[in-house]
Amino acid sequence: MLLSLYRSLHDYRGFILGSVKREFQARYRNSLFGALWTVLNPLSMIIVYTVIFSHIMRARLPGVDDGMAYSVYLCAGLLTWGLFSEITLRSQNMFLENANLLKKISFPRLCLPVIVLLNAGINFAIIIGLFLGFLLITGRWPGMALLALAPLLALQVLFCAGLGMILGVLNVFFRDVGQLFAICLQFWFWLTPIVYPLGILPEWVQRLLQLNPLTNLIGSYQNLFLYGQWPVWSSLLPIFVIGLLLCMIGLRLFRRRVGEMVDEL
Amino acid sequence: MGHIRVTGLGKAYKQYPTRWSRLAEWLIPFSPMRHRQHWVLQDVNFEIAPGEAVGIVGVNGAGKSTLLKMITGTTQPTCGQIQLEGRVAALLELGMGFHPDFTGRQNAVMAGQLLGMQVEDIEALMPDIERFAEIGEAIDHPVRTYSSGMQMRLAFSVATARRPDILIVDEALSVGDAYFQHKSFDRIRNFRKAGTTLLIVSHDRSAIQSICDSAILLEAGHVAMHDKPEAVMDYYNALLAEREGQTVRQELLDGGQVRTVSGTGEAGILSVRLLDEHERAIDAAEVGQPVTLEVDVEIRQDIERLVLGFMIKDRLGQAMYGINTHRQNQALEDLRAGERITYRFAFVMGLGKGNYSVALSLSRLDSHLDRNFEWRDYGLVFHVINNRREDFVGCAWLGARTSIIRHADSLVERAP
Repeated sequence: MLLSLYRSLHDYRGFILGSVKREFQARYRNSLFGALWTVLNPLSMIIVYTVIFSHIMRARLPGVDDGMAYSVYLCAGLLTWGLFSEITLRSQNMFLENANLLKKISFPRLCLPVIVLLNAGINFAIIIGLFLGFLLITGRWPGMALLALAPLLALQVLFCAGLGMILGVLNVFFRDVGQLFAICLQFWFWLTPIVYPLGILPEWVQRLLQLNPLTNLIGSYQNLFLYGQWPVWSSLLPIFVIGLLLCMIGLRLFRRRVGEMVDEL
Repeated sequence: MGHIRVTGLGKAYKQYPTRWSRLAEWLIPFSPMRHRQHWVLQDVNFEIAPGEAVGIVGVNGAGKSTLLKMITGTTQPTCGQIQLEGRVAALLELGMGFHPDFTGRQNAVMAGQLLGMQVEDIEALMPDIERFAEIGEAIDHPVRTYSSGMQMRLAFSVATARRPDILIVDEALSVGDAYFQHKSFDRIRNFRKAGTTLLIVSHDRSAIQSICDSAILLEAGHVAMHDKPEAVMDYYNALLAEREGQTVRQELLDGGQVRTVSGTGEAGILSVRLLDEHERAIDAAEVGQPVTLEVDVEIRQDIERLVLGFMIKDRLGQAMYGINTHRQNQALEDLRAGERITYRFAFVMGLGKGNYSVALSLSRLDSHLDRNFEWRDYGLVFHVINNRREDFVGCAWLGARTSIIRHADSLVERAP
């Protein structure tokens, strides 16, 4: 089954790569500065967080008397959260947005999630590249621990892809899912230690937040970029298992409902 | 390659009474079915041999598009099976997925990728695509500046850049100008000669009869008829003529053709004869011979107005000539039951050699769709032979008179 999935995707690699390229091009097609915008956007975000929080508001992480530390902490969480929200939000609309294509042309439907993942991946690569450059310039290069970034990202993509697939299929049949998830995402963001450090919370809230699979993942990113620490792999076991489960449920749901989905669009 | 087998095919759409019932059906295990199934296609069986061309006809909503969508694979059948051999190309919605901001060339690449091609394949085909689309430099302009005809030219050229084993065509061909219509139809014809299996949905009688080996009539989701195109189209026309309160009768003639007679029967045709200049009935006429088509009609119930029309068709069923008494301003009015009328149409046989049939209709107005008293296909079959004139090609005799001038001075000028 997996082999035939892979083969059909491989046959359509031209379409997948072409779509990724086109989506990228379409964004700056009629602009003067073109690709520059894809860099300027995240760059401005990083600057805003560093300048405003560390220099104007003088926010400090507890126990660290370093103006830049909080900025790095903030970026580590926000950038990776950005990847999570981009994949899930795009995934939940991927079938609806491509309704015309799905109804009129026969192609492996699994191309769509792959395109979403690749697109989000490229955007993230640009943004993380800038961030690493920023770390290098400010002398905060995390060192060897950076090697842990790849498995962490793989873990995150597994989780996002599974969740996104489920949302994408459900959203075709129940449009409420899209609305509901957008609200959930707001709460989820503030229930994840991104803007605040986990340590400032009361003990019982900290334990409660451990139920959020993203808590430890985002925490690992923050420790990696801020202190150059390797992740505690055992703490990431839950998100791995949940991610695997979500992917399995997502694929199963997709395979069972893909035919009905076209009738519903 | 190019074999299509459809067995027990059916398609039902689920209809839920409320939005919540779908959720209930999904979430509550072992719950009863909460949806109604709306069948648009049921128990469809047919087989198409490689290289065969089949037309699909039927009124709107008969399930034609659903059938094609299932064959192309965009929609999944509810039950039954479709077996296909070979590469399928569909001309269903031409220009689908064109992005207005990209150039024609970029869109052509994208459309090709959607068909599963790689960039290199498309690049190799690109010169051919450009040549066939004939849109000139516009190929490098954004598609939003294209007219719909240009979009359609490009889309057709991409979709048919490679010869498929199975080609599925939905009335898309009626788009574009006459020149491109001819050109695209020629390409389809060439595919067919090269062995492509064709599946065409069209309301155009001549398109179906000139290219198809057989036709399938779909009626309310079932295959109502699968036969030679002429027989199916005649039956379909009769069905269209009056969809209620009348009978449709088909009988097999000696020549193997199927004669369709339908109508409400207030008036009927008693006899149809072709007469020569000496009033003798003939079944073969010479090219250029003056002949008369004589039709006897009987009135069975009082009717306010009567129009008789006839149409001469060639052996493929394509119309050669048709006229009716309404268009000739000779419609009759206030007819009594029991009355008998003889119509005589005199003309010179201007057709080429071949086999022809005459279809007749008795109706109230110009079109037989209004009130159809009787519609009769194969009311008369006759031959046209050519013993007296030079052998010519084609179905119309124009009797060209030829004069030739050789310009002697043209040679002198060229001499050094």
